[in-house]
Amino acid sequence: METTPLVEVDDLCKVFPVAGGAKIHAVEHVSLHVGRSETLAVVGESGCGKSTLAHLIMRLLDPTSGTVTLDGAEISGLGSRAMRPHRRKMQIIFQDPFASLDPRRSVGSAVAEPMKVHKTLSGSALDDRVAALFERVGLEPDQAEQYPHQFSGGQRQRICIARALALEPELVVADEAVSALDVSIQAQVINLMMDLQQEMGLSYLFISHDLAVVERISHRVAVMYLGQIVELGPRAAIFENPQHSYTKRLLDAVPIADPRARRERPLLVGDIPSPRWAAGESPERVELVEHEPGHFVAAE
Amino acid sequence: MFGAVLLLGILIMTFIVPLWYVKDPGDLIARPHLPPGSEGAPFLGTDNLGRDLLAIIVYGGRTTLRVAAGAAALIVFVGVTIGATAGYYGGWVDSALMRFTEFFQVLPGLLFAIVVVALFEPSFWAIAIAIGSISWPGIARLTRAEFLRLKNLEFVKAARAIGASDLRIIMRVILPNAMPTLIVSTTLIMGSAILFEAGLAFLGLADVNNPSWGLAIGRAKDFFTINWWAVTFPGLAIFATVLGLSLVGDGLQDALNPRLRGR
Repeated sequence: METTPLVEVDDLCKVFPVAGGAKIHAVEHVSLHVGRSETLAVVGESGCGKSTLAHLIMRLLDPTSGTVTLDGAEISGLGSRAMRPHRRKMQIIFQDPFASLDPRRSVGSAVAEPMKVHKTLSGSALDDRVAALFERVGLEPDQAEQYPHQFSGGQRQRICIARALALEPELVVADEAVSALDVSIQAQVINLMMDLQQEMGLSYLFISHDLAVVERISHRVAVMYLGQIVELGPRAAIFENPQHSYTKRLLDAVPIADPRARRERPLLVGDIPSPRWAAGESPERVELVEHEPGHFVAAE
Repeated sequence: MFGAVLLLGILIMTFIVPLWYVKDPGDLIARPHLPPGSEGAPFLGTDNLGRDLLAIIVYGGRTTLRVAAGAAALIVFVGVTIGATAGYYGGWVDSALMRFTEFFQVLPGLLFAIVVVALFEPSFWAIAIAIGSISWPGIARLTRAEFLRLKNLEFVKAARAIGASDLRIIMRVILPNAMPTLIVSTTLIMGSAILFEAGLAFLGLADVNNPSWGLAIGRAKDFFTINWWAVTFPGLAIFATVLGLSLVGDGLQDALNPRLRGR
């Protein structure tokens, strides 16, 4: 059992219809897997479909085609009731720490909510668990009475992590989870996430556009461009030996702190092409070729 | 603040004052058309049949306020249920419910209410239902709009990711966040329900065994040239109540909106 990956995504597509019969191909034939206790980062620029991919895996959106398998069970076709037991195994942390907590509810009750919904704990056992979760993410248990607006962005993101951990999931999807935070707070939250991974054997699907953060946290990296994966491989391979021209340009765009180490680099110019296609048309499917073991590159 | 005081005064008048001002508003207690302050006249004078106008206003307020509250409860229940369902589920559910809502919205309100009350006897429930059935589309559309705004926020998505049921998300997550808007709108709707009740009663579509402000005005209007007070004082009572409700609604809007707080 341990040899099968925790999450397997096979040929997943999501097409949004828009007015006039045109379609947005947000996610196109994406196949990937996340191993146990592994962090797979998905990188790409805004609008490349990486958040849609996260929502599809979490079943917050229904895929147009393709399958998602979680812990050996296919979840992509399940109704909301059948989905419930599987929801305990995966949780999501969103980008905006100010929008992801209900402003009218104390943060303690927000963290307790998953356990109430799944009826795993109640009464004083529930209170103890909430207090323990607060402590684990570096907050004072007595802050549970307070409301989200009384916390800073970093603290709120810790609360969201506590909520995500409440059901002891195996997969945590972090959808740009640290992108809205200051750099120093980012590092703290990233360290917390990495500690939790060690401790609980969590798997992360880490969606980000920030390559510096990705280099720190990920084991493997998938590069997305216009809804398709153009390069997928171990972190070292992607960062030190990028093969696809888009990956190279993304890496070139990372600022370098030391001016003497800077080099001439071709900047990304213009916007990425639109994923919008007129009725009857669809994007060309790219094929991934194994460049070296575990390192896949789209043919150009 | 002024609105709250005004409203409190009206409530005291209609629900507390009758505890010691024990009168039957139907009793003929003095000569007809006695102006207020004249000899032998009750505090606000008498109407065309010699009934105590103050008693009519005090006891009539109960009928008016009860019908308005009943109608408002009905409006909120139907409007929120339909609006929440339409906004949350979207798609064809939304389309179907909104066409249904529009059907009620384009009905000529007063005419429809007259038909409803005329078909059934003009009892408390018939009048409340008549007012309710023409006024709920506003709340339904407002609720739908709030649900459309809130349902894609991340804390709602987080609740879905947890596996919360639709009912739980609607009742425990989205509705509490839509509450400020709905509360404000409800106070304003109560004001218009009072006006509606008074309008129907003025036209004679009221339970004649129960005094009400609209009924009092409707009956006294024929004698307006010789008896101004029997029209004016019930009219002032309606005016004060609706004004009070509007001011309270306004005040609540400011109080419940954190961005306007402390202004």
